[in-house]
Amino acid sequence: MTTTVFKGGRIIDQMGERSGDVVVDDDTGAISQVGPDLSADRVIDVAGCVVAPGFVDLHVHLRQPGGEASETIESGSRAAARGGFTAVVAMPNTDPCMDSAAVINEVLAHGRTALCDVKPSGAISIGRDGETLAPMAELAGLGVRMFTDDGTGVQDDLFMRRALEYAGSLKSDDGVPFVLAQHCEVSALSEGGVMHEGEWSSRLGLGGQPSEAEELMVMRDIALSRLTGVRVHFQHLSTAGSVAMVRAAKAGGLPVTAEATPHHFSLTDACCADYDANYKVHPPLRTASDVAAIKVGLADGTIDAIATDHAPHTPDSKERPFDQAPPGMLGLETALAVALDELDMPLTDVLAALSWQPAAIAGLAHRHGRPVEDGNPANLTVIDLDHSWEVSGVSMASRSSNTPFEGRQLRGRVRHTVLDGELVVEDGEATR
Amino acid sequence: MRHLLSIADLGADELHRVLDLAEEFSEVQSRDVPKVPALRGRTVVLAFFEDSTRTRTSFDLAARRLSADVVNFSAGSSSLAKGESLRDTVETISAMGIDAIVVRHGSSGVPQQITSWTDAAVVNAGDGWHQHPTQALLDAFTIRRHFGDLDGRRIALCGDIQHSRVARSNIDAFTRLGAEVVLVAPRTLLPPDLEGWPVKVEPDLDAVLPDVDVAYFLRIQNERMGRGLLPSNREYRASYGLTVERAKQMRPDALIMHPGPMNRGVEVDPEVADDPRSVVLDQVTHGVPVRMAVLFSVLGPGQFDQEPPVDQETKARQEPQAGEEG
Repeated sequence: MTTTVFKGGRIIDQMGERSGDVVVDDDTGAISQVGPDLSADRVIDVAGCVVAPGFVDLHVHLRQPGGEASETIESGSRAAARGGFTAVVAMPNTDPCMDSAAVINEVLAHGRTALCDVKPSGAISIGRDGETLAPMAELAGLGVRMFTDDGTGVQDDLFMRRALEYAGSLKSDDGVPFVLAQHCEVSALSEGGVMHEGEWSSRLGLGGQPSEAEELMVMRDIALSRLTGVRVHFQHLSTAGSVAMVRAAKAGGLPVTAEATPHHFSLTDACCADYDANYKVHPPLRTASDVAAIKVGLADGTIDAIATDHAPHTPDSKERPFDQAPPGMLGLETALAVALDELDMPLTDVLAALSWQPAAIAGLAHRHGRPVEDGNPANLTVIDLDHSWEVSGVSMASRSSNTPFEGRQLRGRVRHTVLDGELVVEDGEATR
Repeated sequence: MRHLLSIADLGADELHRVLDLAEEFSEVQSRDVPKVPALRGRTVVLAFFEDSTRTRTSFDLAARRLSADVVNFSAGSSSLAKGESLRDTVETISAMGIDAIVVRHGSSGVPQQITSWTDAAVVNAGDGWHQHPTQALLDAFTIRRHFGDLDGRRIALCGDIQHSRVARSNIDAFTRLGAEVVLVAPRTLLPPDLEGWPVKVEPDLDAVLPDVDVAYFLRIQNERMGRGLLPSNREYRASYGLTVERAKQMRPDALIMHPGPMNRGVEVDPEVADDPRSVVLDQVTHGVPVRMAVLFSVLGPGQFDQEPPVDQETKARQEPQAGEEG
């Protein structure tokens, strides 16, 4: 048994801000003491740094099984740990997809040795084709708490209603509720679109996805949440109209939550001007007014969580012609710094959107995003707010390097990450 | 000029320089031996990843008339069909020591992507819906020949603007040269957002025809038509086709243009295609000297500090302007 004390940091969590030393115990995996002048077997000086609950990413693509050339659960978890995340929800669009106990068990098995908690989501439909419900109860029995067909939205209105009703009647053995998470995109309207439809797609001669392709499904799913009373989580909101609808739905008391990605609150469709497919993503980068609306939505609480939609792709696939390259961007290792750089929000609110709010949505609040208090699981991140660094795709832990922030100078970096009392990232580098 | 990727990269002066040069090469075409040694020793690769007859032939002739060595490369027979990536293909061709790649590709942006994988000059021979700059140059050349200048001319571009690289490059070229451009199309065939485009939109062809100097009809590309863009070719002809009746509304000195290949009886009635105001074959003819001018601009003296293009003994009259650094 080894105890480690993080000395001299500013503790920030949902209880507020205070100074104090934090002792973690790698044997129990818990925080054993919080207070002034503490000692332990090992001392790590974190003076000037922020000690916060570990981050939770509701939306990552770890590519395993099937896409190991671009990422594995191991490499993705290393990227997550370096980004300060102690838990991630793995999206189901693997190959084969996460619509069966066999695949969920495989992901869980690889997750056991990962550098963060890996929580698989389950597909809503078999093969994510929107026609037959996946065995939700069986997957729930393995610990799945989020269901999504991410990568595509559930197109059929009646099927979505049934999925909500069925998920709403599932029994949870630990009392943690289920959530259906939706990638909102009406395929018929986005078909052929490889970027946001607007001024830039018109000029570049590329097919566009109108904002309305997302907004129509947000509107429908708000209506279906009202009809069924079942919770809906909106993934990667990208338009001003979507934010406005979710705000109104929340004001009307509906059980909806939402996430937004760092790239959607920092980059616009103008980034596609040179046909660099590293800026190709679904939903696409939108306009400056959409970016502004996402920021407002995060600041006023309409959007509950910052999720990365971390989507690794091999360099050769991103070198295809823009319209043929796969959509998606890395996000785990830049999320915090981009959020600090772009968002005009109190630090506590940024941390809330990265940690305890997504933990609650994912059904992980018993393990992650807990207050930094003795007895709680020692899932922590230590942040150096003043550390300046330059983004470099090839030096990331991810197997891929498709970051849209290449070369960007950012401020704020994760210095240490603690998973169940174990120092998995030390001075910015993974320890194993 | 290092590459020719998009008309949007060129200013009016540069456009005029290329067109002036094309005038000189046009004279070469009428000789008994229509060939000059301007690019002797240079190698031009024609990399057509999408089918093309006229553009490829036109570039091929242009390169040969400049005495360049020409290598044809087509996607169907190439390593791309065996799964090689675009980058590997370009790097492989480049490693053989070439000076220019003329690229045609079905995806917008490919010529620009290629510039980072090769030291050769890249000439865009049409990319997706994006640009077809040599088509725009030969069209501008044709109009300039006829009217002396594009400045102040009123040009109607009619048809499928959204899916047309010809339209995007022509709008850039014509407006940079001072012409006024009116787009005539149903909303389904217009780009979704024309913010910042220096054009007017007029859905009624009959309202614009009597006033235009040039009526330019774009090909209706059935292969690109998704559902609901148009009811039928018949209805398209009735609203947007240059019928015999409509042609009568046009001024006697106006021009009828089409980039080819033409769907006779859809964009233009068969009788009208042979109207004396139609310059469709002139467009094709002008393609060769215009492409000679483009190849010379990216490979000639401006790049290599060589002698001017047209051999001295036969062409001392007017020296072309060198130094087309872009």
